[in-house]
Amino acid sequence: MASDIVLRVEDVSKRFFRGEMHDSLRDFIPSLFAKIAGRSRPSSKTKNEFWALRGVSFALNRGEAFGIIGANGAGKSTMLKLITGIMRPTTGTIELNGRLSALIEVGAGFHPDLTGRENIYLNGTILGMNRAEIDRKFDAIVEFSGLGNFIDTPVKRYSTGMYARLGFSVAAHVDPDILIVDEVLSVGDIVFQNRCLEKMNSIIRGGATVIFVSHNLRAIAELCPRSILLEQGKITSAGSSQEVLRAYLESNSAQGRRSLSSHLFISHAKVRNSRLEGVAFDSGARIWVDVEVECTGESEPFSVVLFLNDDSQYEVFHTSTEYLGYPPVSMKPGERFACTFELDLNLAGGTFYFGVLLYRFNVEKILDRLFPAATIFVNTLAEVRGVLNPHPRVTAFGVPAEIESTKDVTKR
Amino acid sequence: MREALQELVARRDLLYMIAWREIKIRYKQSVMGFMWAILLPAVIVTAGIIVRYGMSAMSGKPISGQEIAGITVKGLVWAFFAGSLRFSSTSLIGNPNLVTKIYMPREIFPLASILSQLLDFAVASSLVTIVFLVTRLGASWQLLWVPVLLIITVALATGWALILSAACLFFRDVKYLVEVVITFAIFVTPVFYDVEMFKKWANLLMLNPLAPLIEGLEKCIVYGRTPNLPWVAYSGAVATVSLSAGFYLFKRWEPAFAESI
Repeated sequence: MASDIVLRVEDVSKRFFRGEMHDSLRDFIPSLFAKIAGRSRPSSKTKNEFWALRGVSFALNRGEAFGIIGANGAGKSTMLKLITGIMRPTTGTIELNGRLSALIEVGAGFHPDLTGRENIYLNGTILGMNRAEIDRKFDAIVEFSGLGNFIDTPVKRYSTGMYARLGFSVAAHVDPDILIVDEVLSVGDIVFQNRCLEKMNSIIRGGATVIFVSHNLRAIAELCPRSILLEQGKITSAGSSQEVLRAYLESNSAQGRRSLSSHLFISHAKVRNSRLEGVAFDSGARIWVDVEVECTGESEPFSVVLFLNDDSQYEVFHTSTEYLGYPPVSMKPGERFACTFELDLNLAGGTFYFGVLLYRFNVEKILDRLFPAATIFVNTLAEVRGVLNPHPRVTAFGVPAEIESTKDVTKR
Repeated sequence: MREALQELVARRDLLYMIAWREIKIRYKQSVMGFMWAILLPAVIVTAGIIVRYGMSAMSGKPISGQEIAGITVKGLVWAFFAGSLRFSSTSLIGNPNLVTKIYMPREIFPLASILSQLLDFAVASSLVTIVFLVTRLGASWQLLWVPVLLIITVALATGWALILSAACLFFRDVKYLVEVVITFAIFVTPVFYDVEMFKKWANLLMLNPLAPLIEGLEKCIVYGRTPNLPWVAYSGAVATVSLSAGFYLFKRWEPAFAESI
């Protein structure tokens, strides 16, 4: 349905000029005279131009959650600034139907000397509410931010997390038709991050459209069914977030690979479930990790080590072909070797990183290292939080049933 | 153009909030607080009285109470006008975060500077009004000209403020230029003197669109006389042109603000 499209971006390009333009009249006026005299140098301008975005098109339906991912400098922020109207595209059109609220930087409109209360009003009007509307929503905003006791304190005394909470809280209460969120969830504690995600979920359920730009890939995987991947200003992948994330992670791990020993290297490492390769898995799923090794010259015998780190790069576990009872592998030049690990993903929700080592146990030598070999997202569970999913159950609930037996235990 | 005006009206609460923020910050950060509102006008008026006292000492004519009142009125208006241009010209470059991170009609920043200067002006004027009431000076039907003259003054300041704020964003040295011009403009504006003192050159001074307004305010408040209407009409025309051109140019330049700041 055409009427349901709230945002249509068509063939949008944005050109910037590198370096300083005429920043002062002192430079500008002489160059103006030079131009009049016909001695202008047009070539200097075209040399310094670069395209932050090139030929980007997409359309969003009402109520859709949409992710934009890409490395730093890929043009994500420029895209958002064009959508919000902060900048105008060099070519192409952007069509917008509805009220837009953008969280490009949390608390951008805050003034450090004003209190939390004053900043709610200031930031609220900046984001497009009027004062009567803020009066109505004030209590809800304060409650969501959890800053009740500090609301009359100048925000310069706030911690970064408090600042972010207040900023998100104001923006989330604008009741926008389109909410743009950029890198907000990277601040604040885990409890608040989860509340933000829940709030965004409820905004989506309320029929709003959310555009989400983040390095928090798990949040994108969970929140947005559809995404685009921007690379050097162009859309290189679009479609379901699963596929786009995989494309992104692959293009990332493909860069900068170099073997530690000159002759052995890990040529391939992929995670798959029973059906196919994937990046997001359910907790408890059985998965397979395929590893391939190539040998280009004389090499030492090795074992394959598989390890898994969590979001904060703590090791969750590691295992190896040696631990699992397989002998070291010796390879001749030109040979290929493959092995597959099978494991049950008894992890709680989160982002995890697989790494692979080629390791010679008897001399404790690393021959090659690939990290992150694969990034996976384990879907958040309702029943367990943290790193591990030990499949907890409640087996008794209520009045203690067997007082006798607990007495026995305490006596022992 | 009409859309831009509609958008501005729709976001009027934002205009109040930004102006209110400017006022609040100014008063919060200083010990003097509201004294700021009258400090600058007081300095200008005092300087004017000293200059006038010097002149009267030389010419041997004693300085009259009306002359002092006239200088007070003119000093206040000048303080408002100069303050408006000074604060509004840096209003965009002083808020880089809001210009580059959030969308809003950007004319709100220079307009808010003018609003906050208007408040200062109102505080100072009400003090002066009390003095005038006590000394029973200048109550006449001619006071009806005051709102007309003030509206033209504000329109003139707004038009120039819009252009200057954008110019300061594109060219960093405009800020210093504005300072220099404001400092010297007081010599070509009849604040410390009256244009009549210059006899046949008086009309030349009146070409400064602020001059007929300042003179007119002095005439109708202090002397109960009608302002020089042809010249006021001239100022009104200049103000109208300035305001429309200022708004038009500002809106035309606005898309480039975020990448130029």
